[in-house]
Amino acid sequence: MSRGKRFKGKMLDLILNKDLKLTLISIALGLITGGMILLVAGFNPFSAYQLMFLGMLGSSRNIAWTVVQSTPLILTGLSVAFAFRTGLFNIGVEGQFIIGALAAAMAGYLLNLPAILHIPITIIAGMLAAGLWAAIAGFLKAKFGVHEVIATIMLNWIALYLNNYFLEFDFFRRPSSESSHRIQESASIAIGWLRDIVGPAVRVNWGIGIAILTVIVISFILKRTTLGFQLRAVGYNRDAAEYGGINVNRNIVLSMAIAGILGGMGGALHVMGVSRQVSVLATMEGFGFNGIAVALIGNNTPIGVLFSAFLFGGISYGGRNMQNIGVPTEIISIVIGAIVFYIGSYRLLDIVLKKSKRSKGRNIE
Amino acid sequence: MDGEVNIDFSNKMVEMKNIVKKYGDFVANDDISIKVHKGEIHALLGENGAGKSTLMNILYGLHQPTSGEIYINGEKIQENSPALSIEKGIGMVHQHFMLIPNFTVSENIILGMEPVRKWNQLDINKAKNDVSEISNKYGLRVDPNYKVQDISVGMQQRVEILKALYRGAEILILDEPTAVLTPQEINELIIIMKNLTKQGKSIILITHKLKEIKDAADFCTIIRKGKMIDTVNVKKVTSDELASKMVGREVSFEVEKKLQAPGNSVLKVSKLSAMNNRGIPALRELDLEVRSGEILGIAGIEGNGQSELVEVLTGLRKALSGSIKINGEEILNEIPKKIMKSGVSNIPEDRQRRGLVLDFSIAENIVLQNYEREPFSKTFVLNEQAIKSFSKELIKKFDIRPTNENIKVKALSGGNQQKVIIAREVTNDPDLLIATQPTRGLDVGAIEYVHKSLVNQRDKGKAVLLISLELDEIMSISDRIAVIYEGKIVDILDIAEANEDKLGLLMAGGKK
Amino acid sequence: MINNIALIISITLMYSTPLIFAALGGVMSEKSGVINIGLEGMMTIGAFAGAAAGVLTGNPWAAFCIAGIAGGIFGLIHALASVTLYANQVVSGIAINFIGPGIALFLSRIIFEGATMTPLIPLENKMPRPFNNLFTLLNNRLPEPLNNFFARNSVMDLIFNQYITVYMAFVLVAIVWFVLYKTKTGLRIRAVGEHPKASDTLGVNVYKIRYFCVIISGVLAGFGGASLSLAIVSTFRATLVSGQGFIALAAVIFGKWKPQGALIACLIFGLATGLRIYLGGATVGLDISENLLSMLPYIITLIALVGFVGKSVAPGSLGIPYEKED
Repeated sequence: MSRGKRFKGKMLDLILNKDLKLTLISIALGLITGGMILLVAGFNPFSAYQLMFLGMLGSSRNIAWTVVQSTPLILTGLSVAFAFRTGLFNIGVEGQFIIGALAAAMAGYLLNLPAILHIPITIIAGMLAAGLWAAIAGFLKAKFGVHEVIATIMLNWIALYLNNYFLEFDFFRRPSSESSHRIQESASIAIGWLRDIVGPAVRVNWGIGIAILTVIVISFILKRTTLGFQLRAVGYNRDAAEYGGINVNRNIVLSMAIAGILGGMGGALHVMGVSRQVSVLATMEGFGFNGIAVALIGNNTPIGVLFSAFLFGGISYGGRNMQNIGVPTEIISIVIGAIVFYIGSYRLLDIVLKKSKRSKGRNIE
Repeated sequence: MDGEVNIDFSNKMVEMKNIVKKYGDFVANDDISIKVHKGEIHALLGENGAGKSTLMNILYGLHQPTSGEIYINGEKIQENSPALSIEKGIGMVHQHFMLIPNFTVSENIILGMEPVRKWNQLDINKAKNDVSEISNKYGLRVDPNYKVQDISVGMQQRVEILKALYRGAEILILDEPTAVLTPQEINELIIIMKNLTKQGKSIILITHKLKEIKDAADFCTIIRKGKMIDTVNVKKVTSDELASKMVGREVSFEVEKKLQAPGNSVLKVSKLSAMNNRGIPALRELDLEVRSGEILGIAGIEGNGQSELVEVLTGLRKALSGSIKINGEEILNEIPKKIMKSGVSNIPEDRQRRGLVLDFSIAENIVLQNYEREPFSKTFVLNEQAIKSFSKELIKKFDIRPTNENIKVKALSGGNQQKVIIAREVTNDPDLLIATQPTRGLDVGAIEYVHKSLVNQRDKGKAVLLISLELDEIMSISDRIAVIYEGKIVDILDIAEANEDKLGLLMAGGKK
Repeated sequence: MINNIALIISITLMYSTPLIFAALGGVMSEKSGVINIGLEGMMTIGAFAGAAAGVLTGNPWAAFCIAGIAGGIFGLIHALASVTLYANQVVSGIAINFIGPGIALFLSRIIFEGATMTPLIPLENKMPRPFNNLFTLLNNRLPEPLNNFFARNSVMDLIFNQYITVYMAFVLVAIVWFVLYKTKTGLRIRAVGEHPKASDTLGVNVYKIRYFCVIISGVLAGFGGASLSLAIVSTFRATLVSGQGFIALAAVIFGKWKPQGALIACLIFGLATGLRIYLGGATVGLDISENLLSMLPYIITLIALVGFVGKSVAPGSLGIPYEKED
């Protein structure tokens, strides 16, 4: 092997570390699995996937939609990933999203402020409400040992009915509708001039910028601050963290609260940029549950979540295009589920890679 | 000489030929062969990590050898598994007991070979009778109805042996069986072992303790770093010869210590009481004092309140009553951080669970307690440069390998993991250093290192509290020895007046 | 008054049944040491398979079995990941919660010409009410005062004239309890969940036991789904299961991983739902928002969870894949 080639190989190794390699292979396997199901069901998987990719990136309009769809997923994914890093499973991001959206819709409609104040206050309202909401689960875990998975499942449903409850009131509900009043123009983060370019139906908004900024901030907090150090220590080894003088219970509450803030921010941005209102919910919308998949596919790192959310948002939006040849859109959740499945089953990928290398440092005696 | 009388040399029970076991590049067993006859007690001697347990796990069918042959009772064994080796008459008592805590003694014994009635129903009465029967036959006293979590360690070990005998074991493998026993219990175990060989059983005894081998074994195979060094007739070698074969060089287990008079009281514990996790009193009005410039060793059988004592001292467990003073300052029920600040450092019992965050780098583990202090962080932002250079310094000073501070500690050997903890704790410059089981699972070189570090602290005038289940360790470096029994210090002996018999008796609750 | 109580009991039983099936599945899986957060997806596929088979075959029993098989197949997938491939069991379960509903709706659209709702199953092809004929027979044929004892909406009728799935659920609780605590298999299941290595050293096949339990778990969750689509309602639709698998999972934990405990937890949840429907009904006329009442089951569960403390009840090795060393 020539020197240049070897160097290139090394560079590739550096960029494609093992986790990323496994993720990419999982995504490929997920698409293949979906393709096989399409084949069995009598569709041409190649033309179906071609339609999907066109739907994702085929035009400026589609790209805009993909970005718009991805924005809330970045935040819900980030919320789950953040909690994961502290050893908590935030299945409650669905409810935190609902609460964040609800609070933002209220602040966005009821307050009359100039945009420069109204926009931040509306976002903060959503973040705070959802942060407090999630902190309930953290508190119950820290104080009473209630498993956060169970607590947040319950809180999700309570959040859903709370949303519907507020929509019973006249001060909030738009007459003869199932929705709230629209938020004031001063609380909107839509980008009007861009809409003129990509098409009036596309709800392009500043949310993506805020989401990316948040990814950077969270990445910094986790890696570079004492808070992140504590949270990661608690996540990896609660006992050792406690021994090192870290207050574990406080960190559990804090971690859930921050996860809630992120989930709530997702809900707020969705209201401020896309829906402009909240509506009566018959069942979960899935922004949160999809966030769990986004976090898993993104390997629970902030940057990973960002890319994974684009992938998820793109597949979800672009996938609808497959209807053109009669493919049921549910193939999307099958593909996503399959990707998550392969990511979980790392050993399968080891076998696929024919590298059942045993880690060093294992205990022999 | 009575042991050898039982051996039937015409009857080879176990023969392992040229066993090789590789894990990737690592060779755990490199061409090892052993023979065990009927009625023989055969010792496997080697340091931690030498490959003894690997060899026995291969014999028992838990691991597959990379190459080599196994014969049991003359029959070649192919595709070994626990089920097959059990069927062929092998029984294994693992170092870490393989018992299910919330199952009863009899449930643990019958699991996998359960007596049943119609509809697959467990015949629990038959189980209890069977257990009582064999426990009487071999003189292994247990109570079949108790849950394992409620019985003593000694009884747990008898349950383990009964598990093997219940399956009709002819060959018993005992992996480090004495690690958790008092000297008296060890003697009792040796009698049980000899009894078993009289009844025609063969025993393979895995150990790194020379005294046991001299007392119990007929033959001894020595393994070092995966290689077989020798098989010897125990009667014909001295302990020193065994030791140098095991370690590969002349070893002295003596730790050099300069004579010095202890100074003033650093830790003073009085009337300390606390519960254990199950709400039962674990410490009962315990009194204790450690002075500067001395090592106080606490000897005792596992489960007499040692863990709880350390947890209360470090702020991880709330005490019910009493007082703990560090240099005269009361720290009872303070939070861990405050206690650390008042001058207490701790080398915890379970380094992987309590001492280290395995997924953190060496550097991150080194600043685990100090990350909030300057220069390691300033206004909530970590200073990676400062953390890095500080870690590099300690890695060099404490000879931690590998030397890259960014490597995760889970990739380090046990000895180097312990060095990371020692580096961190000693660098805090404590007045009181607590060390609990600091050498568990380490090889001889690492043990020497740890002992030297502790003595070093003492020589510098620090107070050292050493808690260990290994009596040898306590006796080799302590200045005074306190014996803990049922949550109380029952006596404190000066090292000059302490001996194994005295301590053993006190550890078992006997009076002086 | 007594009729109202009977009505609440009736609703309680009805709403508890799917949860009981699924929760028993959760108990089986988790007792053997495998977390099953995929109950939701398994229920969904069971509900669809049951409804679809019910429409296509017209035989409720065959449909019920097919629902079990469909759930079992997803159990097998979960077992493959979490036992053989050492997957993170939570991740695998999440995957199943995407794939289960995905496949269900995908197939529904293909089989039923684009519809995400299966056609209605006619009453006679639903799971039967085993005592319905008896009650009809007895009504108005008995002398006073027993004359109206078995009438429609009488106390007896409300409580005891249930779909057969209700009785099956209760019988299954007893069976699962018997298997887990009285048989050889049960001892091994519990041993594997507590300490797989100890079990392995005694020749117990950890993988086989875990496969068995996780597949059974899927079958039971599939039954749970079918008890929704073949008994309570007579169709499958996208929102049919909506979260009940998660509630069943909560019931497993709330019931301390015991079948009888899970039963009680499911009944409490069913009762809270019953109270909601009763209090929200026109007969009571309470002026409470339906949405507030709907929160009731979840709030009660949360409070109940806070009320009992004791973390050490989970099987000792729950969630940890058993890696046999080679």
